[in-house]
Amino acid sequence: MLARPLALVGRNVEVYARYRLVLASGAVEPLLYLAGIGLGVGALVGDVRTDAGSTVPYAVFVAPALLATVVMNGAVIDTTFAVLFRLRFARLYDSVLATPLGPADIARGELGWALVRGLLYAVSFLAVLAVAGLLRSAWAVLALPAALLVGWAFAGTGLAVVTWLRTWQDTQVVQTALLPVFLLSATFFPASTYPEQVRWLLWISPLHHATALLRGLCLGEVGDPVRLLGHAAVLAALGLAGLAVAERRFGRLLLT
Amino acid sequence: MTRTGAGTAWTRAGAYWFVSLRSRWRGFVATSVLTPLLYLAGIGFGIGTLVGPVERSGGATYAEFVAPGLLVAAAMQTAVSESTWPVMSAVRWSRQYHAQLATPLTVTDVLLGHAAAVTVRLAVATGGFWLATVALGLARLPWALLALPAAVLAGLAFAGPVMALSVRLTSDQPLTFVFRFVVVPLFLLGGVFAPVEEFPAPVQALVAVAPLWHGVELARAASLGPGAGATPAVLWGHVAVLVGYAAAGWAAAVVAYRRRLS
Repeated sequence: MLARPLALVGRNVEVYARYRLVLASGAVEPLLYLAGIGLGVGALVGDVRTDAGSTVPYAVFVAPALLATVVMNGAVIDTTFAVLFRLRFARLYDSVLATPLGPADIARGELGWALVRGLLYAVSFLAVLAVAGLLRSAWAVLALPAALLVGWAFAGTGLAVVTWLRTWQDTQVVQTALLPVFLLSATFFPASTYPEQVRWLLWISPLHHATALLRGLCLGEVGDPVRLLGHAAVLAALGLAGLAVAERRFGRLLLT
Repeated sequence: MTRTGAGTAWTRAGAYWFVSLRSRWRGFVATSVLTPLLYLAGIGFGIGTLVGPVERSGGATYAEFVAPGLLVAAAMQTAVSESTWPVMSAVRWSRQYHAQLATPLTVTDVLLGHAAAVTVRLAVATGGFWLATVALGLARLPWALLALPAAVLAGLAFAGPVMALSVRLTSDQPLTFVFRFVVVPLFLLGGVFAPVEEFPAPVQALVAVAPLWHGVELARAASLGPGAGATPAVLWGHVAVLVGYAAAGWAAAVVAYRRRLS
């Protein structure tokens, strides 16, 4: 059942092997975010009181949010820009359909490839956090699978969205939609910054779930496991729904 | 038949870029207004709740401190995006330059026309951002008026050299590196979010080589007014660096365009 999607993953691995430098240099970006925001802004902020009630240096507080953001951006870019190119311009999937693969295999294969890349982003980022002493708990080992879950959620969403894009200009819509998610999801500051009446709105932001989950694990704030599992469940459901939509839409776009 | 005067021929090339914008100006204006508001809300006021007055900038609030930084960062972002893929596309993929050169326009007209269009987009994008900072009470008028030309100048300091690079490329892979190794590092370490003094000396030295930090310092000095402790000599130094970059970039672009297109 997985053999056919894996064939597409293998195709992408081979193609991107030519762009090793581009892939490897992607690991630099999280470091810069960590330095610029974690150390730079951290020097101005000092310590922060998290929503779970512990007080930690700003770099420790913001690092899991940056990990969530890096995985989100990676997953969205890999499933929108790159897939849009293959779908509308390179017309790669038309040739893929001449093989035993169907539209659903294409959606699953692209999702699998996005997860492979997400794994690369997450491993390099977590390694840096570990070396820099920014992980505060043994629970942080679970941050890796959790980061993959974040990749799953955003890659699924991205694959569903890309089927509605027609031109490069349409990708601007994706960029614009990501901006409020990035800036307002209680990533750079605790959710308690918002007045209580509007705080529940954070639940509509997938990045908030991603950040809350990763922050809980990296900082060892696991006193409320139901809450963490809730965040994980939302992310899992989002990816699943996105993939289901993508499988159907790919079929409609490619077979009619 | 009217003859185009040699002095104004480039406006024809410039006009092309505005006509091509016609179908998507709504999206452009919407993003130019929304982006600054979101950044100021998330970074300025969001992180601002965690940060006390910034001592190095005369005790400005964090939102006041970061607003001019974000303004210049937006100028850099706009300038670099407008002078990378659009230029490559006009040379290699859609070939607008070739179409323009099939008319009596010269290579310099084509370059000047495109550069003028980039400048206008720069002015619109930074203008929107600047209005947002003023509307939110984060800039101290009348000195803050000078933050706008400072941001546009910083944008031009990026546009020239980057256009000179883009016109030569045969693959767009190096552009990924321009963003990854120039734009993003400068954005994060160039004094936008925190004073550069918070970073190690080698980082400060590298940042001082590029235009962004000079633009940020200028715009910040203007935005916070004379009370924030900036000295005129230092500010003129920043102006000189930015003008130097813009002038050298322009000269390099003229040479590169001539080499590639004629």
